[in-house]
Amino acid sequence: MTDNFYDEVLLDHNLHPLHLHELPTATCSHAGMNPSCGDEITLHLDLNGGVIADGSFTGVGCAISQASADIMLDLIIGRTPHDALHLTDLFMKMIGGEISQDELDELEEAGALQNISKMPARVKCAVLSWRTLHHLLTDYLANQN
Amino acid sequence: MNLNTIKSDFPVFAQYPELAYLDNSATTQKPKAVLDAVLQYYRAENANPLRGLYDLSVRATEVYENARIAVQKFIGAASEREIIFTRNATESLNLIVYSWGRTNLHADDEILVLISEHHSNLLPWQNLSRETGAKLRFLECDEFGAYTPESLRNALTPRTKIFAAAQISNIFGRLNPISEFAEICHKNGTVIVCDGAQSVPHIPVDVQALGVDFLACSGHKMLAPMGIGVLYGKEELLAQMPPFLYGGEMIEYVTRESATYAELPHKFEAGTVNAAGAAGLHAAIDYIRSIGFDAITAREAALTKLAFDAVKEIPHVRIIGAETADEHHGILTFTVDGVHPHDIAAVFDSDNIAIRAGHHCAQPLHKFLGVPSTARMSIAFYNDEQDIERFINTLKSIRRRMGYDR
Repeated sequence: MTDNFYDEVLLDHNLHPLHLHELPTATCSHAGMNPSCGDEITLHLDLNGGVIADGSFTGVGCAISQASADIMLDLIIGRTPHDALHLTDLFMKMIGGEISQDELDELEEAGALQNISKMPARVKCAVLSWRTLHHLLTDYLANQN
Repeated sequence: MNLNTIKSDFPVFAQYPELAYLDNSATTQKPKAVLDAVLQYYRAENANPLRGLYDLSVRATEVYENARIAVQKFIGAASEREIIFTRNATESLNLIVYSWGRTNLHADDEILVLISEHHSNLLPWQNLSRETGAKLRFLECDEFGAYTPESLRNALTPRTKIFAAAQISNIFGRLNPISEFAEICHKNGTVIVCDGAQSVPHIPVDVQALGVDFLACSGHKMLAPMGIGVLYGKEELLAQMPPFLYGGEMIEYVTRESATYAELPHKFEAGTVNAAGAAGLHAAIDYIRSIGFDAITAREAALTKLAFDAVKEIPHVRIIGAETADEHHGILTFTVDGVHPHDIAAVFDSDNIAIRAGHHCAQPLHKFLGVPSTARMSIAFYNDEQDIERFINTLKSIRRRMGYDR
């Protein structure tokens, strides 16, 4: 029996999320959903000035999807859309189980979700916010051109 | 039959001795007798049934048709012509909708469905409603998952052509008053479709005593292999219905332009059938009969009560549905404050206990109940007290393990 079932980092982000709130300054929002589990989150970003000036998420979901969204926002706020998409690629590589140590270091706290690659049933939960971010940013960049 | 050693009949528990399998409403494990029957079919009885002109094909046909008679007797149908083999309850329900529904439903007619129905007894009707313009309406339960005959009487209108209801809900575990429902429906000229997927494996079901027009169930939820299911229909209805699937084995005579179709039940069994699955289902029925529903219902009721009484004392845990154990029939659906059901299931999994989490194919019900998703444990007679005690111990530990109350 593993008593501390999830990593403390995940439990803390789930119980005390910093970024779970509405975002009045948001310039873009995008909804993501896992139809099979019922996890639903909406990602809100303030992209004024071409950088992710601020961000938040709203919605409901399991500890993994909520913590993953909160950690992701910690990581991407202050970065450019291109940098955030690069981190998205790294996160997907990590979940696919094919990430190098240097790349893992770039993901900072999001590395706490590395073991999800061994829990196939929960992969969709972990990637929900990142998938949503990817949709939002690729739409945003397409509209810029 | 000693129910305390019954797990040894199920090879999966020799493979996984530490597993507490409490997801029986999703699918049951299979006893050796069923596995042997499937193997025996392919080893010694296999040919294409229903069309061969040689000994082995005749043998395959016998195996297949004997399984049909076993099902007929098991659910009390008047004739074997009323038993159609399908893939599962979902396919049985779709057959009713596509064949009976498309022929008999028109714009301005009404379809009435319980709010607690599994998607398999809802989505085919929803689609039929879109196709025909018939109106889809829902009968709502009270907060404990109960439906009364009065509520049905009030909901029926002269335009209600069909009423679809599960005998036992896969969320509440509650037994619905199907025979009273059938009587009320028939007075109104309404056809009643019963989803027996959760009831046929656990309680004695007699379709004639219930008075239903159609009943669907799945083999895999009653110890049989996946891929074999049953549709019961009253002969007078089935006889008037057009085929559901067209192809081989369901015809009498075919020309370039037209065909006449086989008699019941083969009219509804196009293509090569799942004879090995039917053999497995026959063995499952024999196995269930050898234990007997008296023993099965007593055992499942005792285990349900053991679980229910403990769970209702655990702080922050809420049971969905009735407030007494005897209305749960082996199904406990629950929530834990602050913990998402997927995390609940993951903690159980880490303790080698298999339960289900999500919306259990009943999203409209979850919206109605105001909970996004739930966790569910479901019992079969081969479970034991130890399985239940482990379930209770893990459930007690979940909030602490998710970082609360430390």
